[in-house]
Amino acid sequence: MAYDKFTVLTSTAVPLPIENVDTDQIIPARFLKATERKGFGDNLFRDWRYNSDDTPKQDFVLNNSIYSGKILVGGKNFGSGSSREHAAWAIYDYGFRCVISSFFADIFKGNSLNIGLLPVTVSEAFLDKIFRAIEADPNTQIEVNLPEQTVTILATGDQESFDINGYKKHNMMNGFDDIDYLQSMKQDITAFADKSLY
Amino acid sequence: MSNATTLFDKVWDAHVVRHIEDGPDVLFIDRHFIHEVTSPVAFLGLEQRGIPVIYPQRTFATADHNTPTMNQDQPVKDPLSANQLAALSSNAAKWGISLWALGSPKNGIVHVVGPENGITQPGMTIVCGDSHTSTHGAFGSIAFGIGTSEVEMVLSSQCIMQPKPKKMRITINGKLGKGVLPKDVALYMIAQITASGATGYFVEYAGEVFENMSMEGRMTVCNMSIEMGARGGMIAPDQTTFDYINGRDKAPKGADWDTALAYWKTLKTDDTAVFDKELHFDAADIEPQITYGTNPGLGTGITNHIPKASEVKDGEASYKKSLAYMNFAEGEAILGKKIDYVFLGSCTNGRIEDFRAFASIVKGKKKADNITAWLVPGSHIVEAQIKEEGILDILNEAGFELRQPGCSACLAMNEDKIPAGKYAVSTSNRNFEGRQGPGARTLLASPYVAAAVAVTGVVTDPRDLIESV
Repeated sequence: MAYDKFTVLTSTAVPLPIENVDTDQIIPARFLKATERKGFGDNLFRDWRYNSDDTPKQDFVLNNSIYSGKILVGGKNFGSGSSREHAAWAIYDYGFRCVISSFFADIFKGNSLNIGLLPVTVSEAFLDKIFRAIEADPNTQIEVNLPEQTVTILATGDQESFDINGYKKHNMMNGFDDIDYLQSMKQDITAFADKSLY
Repeated sequence: MSNATTLFDKVWDAHVVRHIEDGPDVLFIDRHFIHEVTSPVAFLGLEQRGIPVIYPQRTFATADHNTPTMNQDQPVKDPLSANQLAALSSNAAKWGISLWALGSPKNGIVHVVGPENGITQPGMTIVCGDSHTSTHGAFGSIAFGIGTSEVEMVLSSQCIMQPKPKKMRITINGKLGKGVLPKDVALYMIAQITASGATGYFVEYAGEVFENMSMEGRMTVCNMSIEMGARGGMIAPDQTTFDYINGRDKAPKGADWDTALAYWKTLKTDDTAVFDKELHFDAADIEPQITYGTNPGLGTGITNHIPKASEVKDGEASYKKSLAYMNFAEGEAILGKKIDYVFLGSCTNGRIEDFRAFASIVKGKKKADNITAWLVPGSHIVEAQIKEEGILDILNEAGFELRQPGCSACLAMNEDKIPAGKYAVSTSNRNFEGRQGPGARTLLASPYVAAAVAVTGVVTDPRDLIESV
């Protein structure tokens, strides 16, 4: 699936300072019934965002117009639980291109990288700085620079670098996905399969 | 540094087609399970790219996530669920993939039907678009959940691309106490290391407790690996494993069995192999467990009180939000709390041993009036066994009914939803907000605890009832 190339993203950010945000919160199971990949953003954080009668919950951050932007900032252990890629799709479809946290669940992180949503892991101290900067000024601009592998709070100049392997970085910057790569090595794969015990 | 390797290394390294410098390994996948929820978009992707399924015989499909557990012979009422089930059937037919659709005698939850039909074997790499794929690690295979993009990768290339995770070993020696089941061992470990304590790791479970467990018990433990953040968990195959597999439908036969067995016997961690992290627990410290919060790490011994916010490892704000959702207070006793629903089932505890355990407690007693109980076998094979062994009679006499197989109230994608505000003691794997229905409040526990609650109507220590049996 094609996705936007990611190089440098400068944006305001939406703060969600809650730990262990699981994928059932990001997109509840009852919204996984589509057979196509579209429209998941409408149900992003459905049960935190809307009451049971579908009216918006005013105290939830996505319903607070002072917060906006292409960066979602979440608490520790973001994306735990189910392997549903729909969680990453929902965040992407809503308009986010990057999630910053101090710790991501493994499957969510892998899914995000596969669909062009950049997961950025920062230290707990730096995450706290970002939350405080947004709290002080919701218009705080954050720069996520993939080529340089840095996150910067532009107003203060506070900066931290983040890890990403060279292969995935190259993919994200060029909008490539793993399926293209795997298709290019089919000979190796069939040779391997021929020797398989199972 | 010696050449000693772990069980995980042996299986992983045997499947690396290519190592990409400063990148992931290209890992060959022996067996791929698919279900109706996470596969349709992957098949759509293949069509859009114009590429075929490379090895259809390595993929197995079953319908489970949103199937009804009543009247399965009738059309599925929810049009969206029906649409996904139809998509699974047409995709399987188009590509020549084995399918156990709704109504098939082999149908059931993917992580129940794989092992019981001998598809799951030691030393394999196994993936599925479902995080509880870790279940299959009970056989000494590397098994883990993947996203839909990866489902598309496996369908089109039989490979995925992942960096090799770090290795952790959890050793538990000693003998489990009365009334303590494999589910309690899993919940205990998660409570000790938190819901993210094994993130980034693949876990090997070792020690007497796991060696003495049945395959069903090992599957329960490995199933819950993801709930402590691990990609998966595995247990070295031994005679218990081989005896379980031998003779099953898709198990190797004759000379193939001998060849496979010889290889499987080599699958163990070398004595001097090194793990990135080692943890040790004592079986004697584990009592029947129950959760009180909204992640599986928020659990404790059933006789304990709900911890104060200052005593927990999670952030205080998240902890308080969790207790507010459950409408529980810090310091309260959990024993005696009134419960509305009991759910026995899921890929965690929907196997025959789980029904035997449940029946052993409810035998000769009556379901409490305030309890609605949903007993959902993991597969038709389990259902048949429940009937053959006379367990159904015991359940019926105690006022319980058996539903038809499927994932059911574990994730409430079908009609089996716990109503908002109600309390459910559930043998499933997740107590997240709304997991079992919008507003539902879940307490995770073992089949013994579920049974004790089902006959008393409140959270009850099953050991009190086992004594009277």
